[in-house]
Amino acid sequence: MSKVINLVVAGLGGQGVLKASDILAEAAFRAGFDVKKSELHGMSQRGGSVSSDVRFGDQVWSPMVPAGEADCLVVLDETQVEVNRGVLRPGGVLIGPDLIAPGALKNKKSLNVALLGALSSHLEIPEEHWLAAIRANLAEKLHKANEQSFALGRAAGRF
Amino acid sequence: MSTVNIPVTSDPEGLTCPTSPIGDPAASPHENVIAQTARAAADLLRRSSGAENARLSSDRHLASPAMSAQPQLLSGDEAVAPAALHARVRLGTGYPGTPSTEILEAFDKLGGRAQWSPNEKVALEVGLGAAFGGARTLVTMKHIGLNVAADPLFTAAYTDLEAGLVVVSADDPGMASSQNEQDNRHYARAAALPMLEPMDSQQAYDLTLLAFDISERWRIPVILRITTRVCHSKTLVRPRASQAETPTPGFRRDIQARVMIPAYAKPAHHRLRHKLAEIAAWNDAEGPSRVFPGGPGSDGDLGIIATGIAAVHAREAAPGARLLAIGLTYPLPLGTIRAFADTCERLLVLEEGDPVLHQALLAAGIPAEGKPDMYRFGELNVARVRRILAGDQTPEPVPPKGKPPELCQGCSHRGVFEVLRDMDCIVAGDIGCYTLGVLPPFSAMDTCVCMGASIGVGLGLRHVLPEDQARRVVSVIGDSTFVHSGLTGVAEMVYNPPATGHVVLILDNGTTAMTGQQEHPGTGRTLSHDPTGKISFEGLARAMGVQNVHVVAFNEADGTLEALLKDLLARPETSLVVARQPCVLAAPKIRFHEKAATDRLQACPSSLVDD
Repeated sequence: MSKVINLVVAGLGGQGVLKASDILAEAAFRAGFDVKKSELHGMSQRGGSVSSDVRFGDQVWSPMVPAGEADCLVVLDETQVEVNRGVLRPGGVLIGPDLIAPGALKNKKSLNVALLGALSSHLEIPEEHWLAAIRANLAEKLHKANEQSFALGRAAGRF
Repeated sequence: MSTVNIPVTSDPEGLTCPTSPIGDPAASPHENVIAQTARAAADLLRRSSGAENARLSSDRHLASPAMSAQPQLLSGDEAVAPAALHARVRLGTGYPGTPSTEILEAFDKLGGRAQWSPNEKVALEVGLGAAFGGARTLVTMKHIGLNVAADPLFTAAYTDLEAGLVVVSADDPGMASSQNEQDNRHYARAAALPMLEPMDSQQAYDLTLLAFDISERWRIPVILRITTRVCHSKTLVRPRASQAETPTPGFRRDIQARVMIPAYAKPAHHRLRHKLAEIAAWNDAEGPSRVFPGGPGSDGDLGIIATGIAAVHAREAAPGARLLAIGLTYPLPLGTIRAFADTCERLLVLEEGDPVLHQALLAAGIPAEGKPDMYRFGELNVARVRRILAGDQTPEPVPPKGKPPELCQGCSHRGVFEVLRDMDCIVAGDIGCYTLGVLPPFSAMDTCVCMGASIGVGLGLRHVLPEDQARRVVSVIGDSTFVHSGLTGVAEMVYNPPATGHVVLILDNGTTAMTGQQEHPGTGRTLSHDPTGKISFEGLARAMGVQNVHVVAFNEADGTLEALLKDLLARPETSLVVARQPCVLAAPKIRFHEKAATDRLQACPSSLVDD
């Protein structure tokens, strides 16, 4: 494989955008890819727009996804869809928060992991690596709820 | 979309930088530097013309220190920490500042000894003392922090160190979370100190190790300049094994090397320039520059010289071009650069920020293209590098504006800025979360320049404004910022009080909130949250001679703060008000740390003393 897979996760500060991109990057890393993950944090954490890029393949150079080259865009907040749409390549996949029915998640905070579940159905990273990455990045008491959210999103993503 | 799993190649294109401890100076005599430079240049050309990736650093480095096979996914900041540990750093000091903060936190988590200082000047002074005492020391700060630490930095350059001292300057091109995007490569030239610039996390690790070796071999402080995108991007890192234990610290008197009176500083300046000449020659012969041969493509005649993250953008934007990535960017390996330049039809310098490298090459008589001036603003990325390569100077597409940050719901600062807004105060502001008081719906900040400036700027306004305006001026400063740079402002207020008096308002939320809730001398807890001495702002203000000192346990509903401010603004006296309420995000952690300290004290009453 020579192509680098370009992914962007976006949302608002406090929604778990960076946690989601940490899990995503770790899943790709566990699957044996070269991975680069980029984000800016600091001022932008205070409720403002946040986005994070993850790229993987057999050789990744820049850590940033060039505008118009993302294969998938995961957005955690409806208001952030239009702001970020420009990162997608033509034919790229948008995974928005509307994919998960309101009330479907026992733990609303796990929307980020549910949408990663949906994303996972578009990527050939074995499920075991996703689950291991989720466990490695979240406190133990959150594992069960997030594994359920991931499974729910993974099923919803297969459209 | 389809993907297949391909294992990470062990070192796809030489990305795991082959730096290693520098040998004994005696093993590499400097009288032969010119010959070495020529050899290195010839070596470079031979290698870069071959199919194999070329490294300027000789391949023997690869075989020397054992590298652990297990790669890790680390940010640039997280990679500096294990490097410091493996380099046997005995003390890490610094002041929190995005994008540098995580370095010391990670070092602490790994078991290193790390501590927050009140500000960067003190952090560097403590670090310098430790290095004089024979302990390897890491000092971290953001780019503007180096302005605060510049005073010790410039003269530390004249001294001879006993052990390695590495100063991390985390620059913020694009101002993700800063008030300016100054390019601290100028500091290397101005202070005459070696500077290393990593392009990714592996290099952040490798060049940290190398920085200590250079620092110790030439007994000189070394600056590691790391930028936001390297600090906060995660890339694969293969750590090496820990280095051998370093000698135990101990005092060795060397007055002429460390007491910078003119009589000793004059020869010290000559020594410094001699050290730099040696380091430049070493950089040509064995430095961490790397050449990436051009791949197939249409850029065969193009050569690119790049530093830091610009190198990886360049590699992606112009895979066919040959690339010289410079790791030790001051003093430059001019022999290496000349040899590279001679092989290129077209030579382009790619650097983020100011045209520092480009101008250095022109000054050295090496013809090279720089980037158009429009690209000195903000970060570079692959798209911008493509535009630079194409000479495109048309206006860049403006990305859609996201949602700006705001003060958290429930943040105690909100009520304060409502009061200041409703009273139509002229607010001299400062650096922290509360700077967000400038944005609607508050719009209650009129100046913000640097850490601590609220007090001096407020006093200046008071001195010259008509009385009716002067009486509305309030200086607003956070708790951590007050410890950092507010004390001297209060001294100024007591010493040169304006005719209308003045009011300083400390917004004490019990943490360094903006950078991610770090401790400071006003919280009474160390970097690792253990109990320690605590500074009382109100006690300090009284001791310094401020006429009216008040503490308000801030409650936005009860009108106490508004009534108090009205009273104080009417008096021609000096006043300091501490509005105290814990940060809503930090409050649960603060309670946790306080309880842990109480439990510990009850379990073992002597534990506070023993530590």
